Amino acid sequence: MSEITETRTRQAIPDRLGTPVSRLLGSWEVLLFGVAVVIFIANSFASPYFLNAWNLSDATFNFTEKAMIAFAMAMLVIAGEIDLSVAAIIALASTAMGAAAQMGIGTPGLVAIGIGVGLVCGAINGTLVSVLKLPSIVVTIGTMSLFRGISYIVLGDQAYGKYPADFAFFGQGYVFWVFSFEFVLFIVAAVIFGIVLHATNFGRQIFVIGNNEFAARFSGIPVERIKFKLFLLTGLMSGIAAVCLTSRLGSTRPSIAQGWELEIVTMVVLGGVSILGGAGTIAGVVIAAFVMGLVTFGLGLLNVPGIVMSIFVGLLLIITIALPIVARRIKHMSGK
Amino acid sequence: MKKLLKHRELLLVGIIAIMVAGFATRAPGFATPGNLANIFNDTSILIILALGQMTVILTKSIDLSVAANLAFTGMAVAMLDAAYPGLPLALLVVLAIGIGAALGAINGYLVWALQIPPIVVTLGTLTIYRGMAFVLSGGAWVNSHQMTPGFLNFPRVSVLGMPLLSWIAIVIVLLMWGLLTRTAFGRAAYASGGNPTAAVYAGIDIGKTRFFAFVLSGALAGLAGYLWVSRYAVAYVDVAAGFELDTVAASVIGGISIAGGIGSVGGAVLGALFLGVIKNALPVIGISPFAQMAISGIVIVLAVVFNARAERRAGRIILRDRGAKEVSA
Repeated sequence: MSEITETRTRQAIPDRLGTPVSRLLGSWEVLLFGVAVVIFIANSFASPYFLNAWNLSDATFNFTEKAMIAFAMAMLVIAGEIDLSVAAIIALASTAMGAAAQMGIGTPGLVAIGIGVGLVCGAINGTLVSVLKLPSIVVTIGTMSLFRGISYIVLGDQAYGKYPADFAFFGQGYVFWVFSFEFVLFIVAAVIFGIVLHATNFGRQIFVIGNNEFAARFSGIPVERIKFKLFLLTGLMSGIAAVCLTSRLGSTRPSIAQGWELEIVTMVVLGGVSILGGAGTIAGVVIAAFVMGLVTFGLGLLNVPGIVMSIFVGLLLIITIALPIVARRIKHMSGK
Repeated sequence: MKKLLKHRELLLVGIIAIMVAGFATRAPGFATPGNLANIFNDTSILIILALGQMTVILTKSIDLSVAANLAFTGMAVAMLDAAYPGLPLALLVVLAIGIGAALGAINGYLVWALQIPPIVVTLGTLTIYRGMAFVLSGGAWVNSHQMTPGFLNFPRVSVLGMPLLSWIAIVIVLLMWGLLTRTAFGRAAYASGGNPTAAVYAGIDIGKTRFFAFVLSGALAGLAGYLWVSRYAVAYVDVAAGFELDTVAASVIGGISIAGGIGSVGGAVLGALFLGVIKNALPVIGISPFAQMAISGIVIVLAVVFNARAERRAGRIILRDRGAKEVSA
């Protein structure tokens, strides 16, 4: 077991890359898509109410807001960082919008405030991580308490309601037929994030940072600036999600979106993004969003309580990550 | 390095003393020995959990499932006590520790054998364990009148002027201090977090060390589960929700490096006490309890800034331990 042989096996280059089709079939996204299809079919057998355009449209609300944040989070995780304060940003942005609505500010102002608070929170996280060079996992645990804590100071056990009537469009409006504004926004965000991550210099640099930060620095990539931008982007998406969620619920409590950070990270990891950084796709996150949405919606139709659903989500997370590892090990043991 | 750690603990003691003195000017009686003993008693459970969390963090991992573990074990023993009032208390406590350790072992096994990153594993088991508490109880509460008096009173029994709960925390602090500074496991925990590659060359099984760190954290969470339920005389699914972050916060404030390998038992205890003092002082000095969350957030961020200054080393990358994997893969 000398170090050299270990290194060689680790970096072994296969003789053939395999056909494009076989590579595609072996990819995480295809596997996950298969899971989504199986869940879809299982759901339509389990409940007669599942295969209904309006029900399915309702089901998308389960994941669109979370998925919008998950896209930005995926980029952060690929770059080797994480933001656990996203749900707290939603709470703070929603509280700010609620306070503004009480003062009679109209819908455009509310949207600007929600997104603005998201950007400020993202900038705070970004400054702490990229300027002060602090570990993001602890920093964002701290800002998570801080942001939500401010909501609690402002609201205590109270709630804000009384949003302007036209504010409801963002969370309750439909663009055409069964396609809600949120769902369209989700698709648009997916396309934009997909292009930015997979077809631009910026996206390339994110992967480089995640794979080898030192090499990235030596290649002249402005690592800190990019990380700052990513936190800003995550804050922005959290602000947008806050607008949608607040509009959908029509009220704000400090406990709004509690625990979402874990669901969003689950979505990202389930989507095949390596939690160690350096690998992942937006397509994977999109499919993971559908998988999680379908599971929770299907179980909801079967009257399974929310907390039991969370068991399934947790199991889904661990099993989907463990399966390929176990499979690889079995393959390895049986001697290739 | 040792000097620096000593320095940091003294500093924390100083800050806590200044805080207590400051609060005492606003509320006389805050600094009386009786009240301080109360604060310690109130913080005991956090101290116990923080020590488990600290051991896990030392090995460059994190255990986000401790509070869910606590909720499940607390619920399990409370239901057992309610259903079979004849069961001896000692058996229930042993059971709590055992169940907690088993749940911790699941985390540890997934991290060790399957090499799944600890944050992913415990994020998953966090939701699973709390969900299991719901499935177990059907969402029902176990109230104080359903539990036996012996089960409820045990942590409150006064020994030498202090409740047993405080004594349990003190004993665990001493045991953990011995374990981390005087045993091979303790050295292995520091080594596998401080420099995983070197640890492997020194013959330390990092995976196994992490596994036992998770088992330990789970066992302490199980014990804390019983203590929590009996102290607050109620068991329900959402017991201690979000408390895992308090344990991480206590560790970070106490100078335990989230990158692994750095930290001391004294630091973790002081970190927990720091949070405990703030929590107890807010209502006394007339600040809304709703402000507590924001304050602990600021404190965590400041503590991290401070830690980073104290331990700045070139090229330290968080959430990364490929050095170890390259060799052990």
